[in-house]
Amino acid sequence: MARYGMVIDTARCVGCMDCVVACKTENGIPEGYDRDWIAYDTTGAFPTLHMEIRSERCNHCEDPPCVYCCPCGASHIHERGGVVLVHHDKCSGCKACIAACPYDARFIHPEGYADKCTFCIHRVEQGLEPACVAVCPTHCMHFGDLDDPNSTVSRLLASREQHTLLPEAGTKPQIWYLK
Amino acid sequence: MSALSRRRFLKISGAAVGAAAAGTAALRAAGTLPSTGLSAEKGIRTVPTFCDICFWKCGAIATVRDGALWKIEGNPLDPLSNGRLCPRGTGGVGAHYDPDRLRTPLLRKRSRGQEEWVEVTWDEAFEYIAQKMQSIKQRYGPEAVALFSHGIGGNFLKHLLKAYGSPNIAAPSFAQCRGPRDAGFRLTFGEDVSSPERTDIRNARCLVLIGNHLGENMHNTQVQEFADAIGNGASLIVVDPRYSIAAGKASHYLPIKPGTDIALLLAWMHVIVTERLYDRDYVAQHGFGFEQFAASLAPFTPAWAYPETGIEPEVIERTAREMAAHKPATLVHPGRHVTWYGDDAQRSRAIALLNALLGSWGRKGGFYTPVSMDLPPYPYPEYPPSVRGKVDNPGQKYPFAHETITTGIREATLTGQPYPIMGWWVYATNLLHALPNEAETIKAIQNLDLLVVVDVIPSEIAGWADVVLPESVYLERHDDLNVEWFREPFIALRQPVVASPHDQKPNWWIARKMAGHLGLSAYFPWNDIEEYFRYRLKAGGYDYEALKKNGILRGPHQPVYYEEGLAPTFPTPSGKIEFFSPQLQKAGFDPVPVYHRPPAGPPGYYRLLFGRAPVHSFSRTHSNRILSDAMSENEIWVHTQTAQQNGLTNGQYVRLKNQDGVVSNRIRVRVTERIRPECVYMVHGFGHTSRMLKHAFGKGASDAQMVTRYATDPLMGGTAMNVNFVTFAPAEA
Ligand code: SF4
Repeated sequence: MARYGMVIDTARCVGCMDCVVACKTENGIPEGYDRDWIAYDTTGAFPTLHMEIRSERCNHCEDPPCVYCCPCGASHIHERGGVVLVHHDKCSGCKACIAACPYDARFIHPEGYADKCTFCIHRVEQGLEPACVAVCPTHCMHFGDLDDPNSTVSRLLASREQHTLLPEAGTKPQIWYLK
Repeated sequence: MSALSRRRFLKISGAAVGAAAAGTAALRAAGTLPSTGLSAEKGIRTVPTFCDICFWKCGAIATVRDGALWKIEGNPLDPLSNGRLCPRGTGGVGAHYDPDRLRTPLLRKRSRGQEEWVEVTWDEAFEYIAQKMQSIKQRYGPEAVALFSHGIGGNFLKHLLKAYGSPNIAAPSFAQCRGPRDAGFRLTFGEDVSSPERTDIRNARCLVLIGNHLGENMHNTQVQEFADAIGNGASLIVVDPRYSIAAGKASHYLPIKPGTDIALLLAWMHVIVTERLYDRDYVAQHGFGFEQFAASLAPFTPAWAYPETGIEPEVIERTAREMAAHKPATLVHPGRHVTWYGDDAQRSRAIALLNALLGSWGRKGGFYTPVSMDLPPYPYPEYPPSVRGKVDNPGQKYPFAHETITTGIREATLTGQPYPIMGWWVYATNLLHALPNEAETIKAIQNLDLLVVVDVIPSEIAGWADVVLPESVYLERHDDLNVEWFREPFIALRQPVVASPHDQKPNWWIARKMAGHLGLSAYFPWNDIEEYFRYRLKAGGYDYEALKKNGILRGPHQPVYYEEGLAPTFPTPSGKIEFFSPQLQKAGFDPVPVYHRPPAGPPGYYRLLFGRAPVHSFSRTHSNRILSDAMSENEIWVHTQTAQQNGLTNGQYVRLKNQDGVVSNRIRVRVTERIRPECVYMVHGFGHTSRMLKHAFGKGASDAQMVTRYATDPLMGGTAMNVNFVTFAPAEA
């Protein structure tokens, strides 16, 4: 069984937001909302600075608190690749998942349901990459099967220094950032 | 950290919530849908074309779902995009759906600049313009009508103006942007850097960026190659008073004092020459006047440069040696927007000379030699000869201006010298944001008998027009063929994806109809632009149907480096690389670059620097709902210490007041460590004042408004804009 994840090379990323814009058009995200975003971590004092730029989104956690807390059975783990999804029609918009997510990855869509990144599962099922990965002009994003040792994501994880976001939250994020 | 930045973002963009554009509703994904290439899917149609959000002209594939534009992706056959667009290109969808678009021709109702209009038909608009143009021709001659144009879309209007008899056609891309660079490189190598830049970033082993913020500046191929260079482990040297995105990737970041780059360049060359680290064979074989040049460098030691630039001598030495270690695959990037301090052509020449020392011009990892497809032009009748010549550069005051100077045309419009300019056509360039000192532009406009603006959105310059002609956006029109000069030869086609929503028309149609009203139909013998395409492609031996289907025709690879057997040629007067320039000497200029300390600003004022954001182009994209959602206003970057001294806090609104007392729109303060304390920085293009541009109106501030002063480059007439200083005023003022 596949286990989908992303590996993002922060050395290549320029934070241009193409991933944000591509998600918007691909998935028709309404104005004022985003399923992915850019984070800048800048440390130090001028001119001795360090900056990490990250394209962030739902981490499709292996231990997803948003799924565990959902009273409607709307938030669930998809049978394919362990992707965390929301059944829009089952969602009551109670926001429990929004409070539970340590990454602030979810929002209430103007139509009333909890919404977030789907890893573009509709594309993945057709053999395409998620829109954010496919658009990236710097080729900093990689998507694939973490259980396959020969996948690009597995090989990158085996060869480069990396970190996840808020590992202390214990959610087992499935997105890794290469340094 | 990440959660915080996201909340902040949502809060800022929250203002727009609920005002969902017509477009986004139509865009909502109804389910699982394929990407490009799977056009067999029901209700899905794809059309190859090329992007127009900037002038890079990336090959794109637009997808239409159930008759409505859905998304735009890169065309994998296109060597500019390599199948991936930049964020602006991806967000180009929003240009089609923009509710603030111009919809119908408009005629001015009251005095200029009042933005009060009567909607008219196209024929009424053409008739009005034709009468004015005929009377100007009679009284002042055809040269008295000028055209300001930006991008490939202007080609047919240029043709129209030339047929009418005017040689006065200019683009801000010369005197307000890359002109000094091209002049500096021409003087040295005999050729321009051109556009797309002939920089071989992807093969560079050492890349040097001087004030060039690649990654914020999103010229697609360059950014893709920049990431490749980083991925390949290339050494990166970044020189910038601001810790740019590129600086964050640098192996060596040099936080230079603004305006002192020539001092650094001289010191670098001093090290490379005195330590004999230059490419000696290359210089001996191709160089002219090297001895004189080398001797001139003697005083410019790293120790001399230190107090000027603020860069320690060891760092200057180390980075000079680093560059030399990777030669000839060391690319000292010439930049693009380089109108900074008034000695910009000489700074660009210093960059050219440093590249010459490293032997990178013509070499792999340096500068390739662009190639292009052979496509015969359309056989039009000859243009009427211009008796008086161009108006912009009387007496060749700027001897090394090889293109028309926009601000020269403006000057002639103001003074009537060397002859009067009575009419302006303005195509797709917002002159009030592009030219320095908007007061001068507005004064010039008052002298005109006719101002016609052709654009897709109601920009500030449109607000001053007598006639506004609404153009279809690039996704709704054909444009001229893109026969690009690039590392691979190709021809690209822009073709309509969807229909225009209102009474907008393509520029070729506008130019052709206008020609009819001016009695110039002989210059537009084709009835339809596809007839024109077919003629040219057939004449060149190419298949138009194949171009239509793929959006692009590619030619065979040709040698682009000396290493591939290409013969070095330097079309300078000496036929060599001119280290010492007799041309400059003869014209009374420094034959080798000389450093002059930039004048300081008044006490309590900070030098204003400006640049680009990756999600916007010029001042043209701020009403695009998708792109404005990504960035809806600009900020003024202020160093922590400067903020403290001025009692400013992060996120508060202020106004900027420049040295001439001009006060800006309100702008949010960004307190940051990422900039030198003596300067401030903002992204260009915001702060719209056009009331018709409803969505963008009043968001952020305009740097152009603060640029009341400019220094003119004596070599080529470029207008340097980093010579303005601002202080802070309360937002409530
Ligand atoms: S660089 Fe971006 S905006 Fe410019 S043509 Fe390419 S995709 Fe379009």
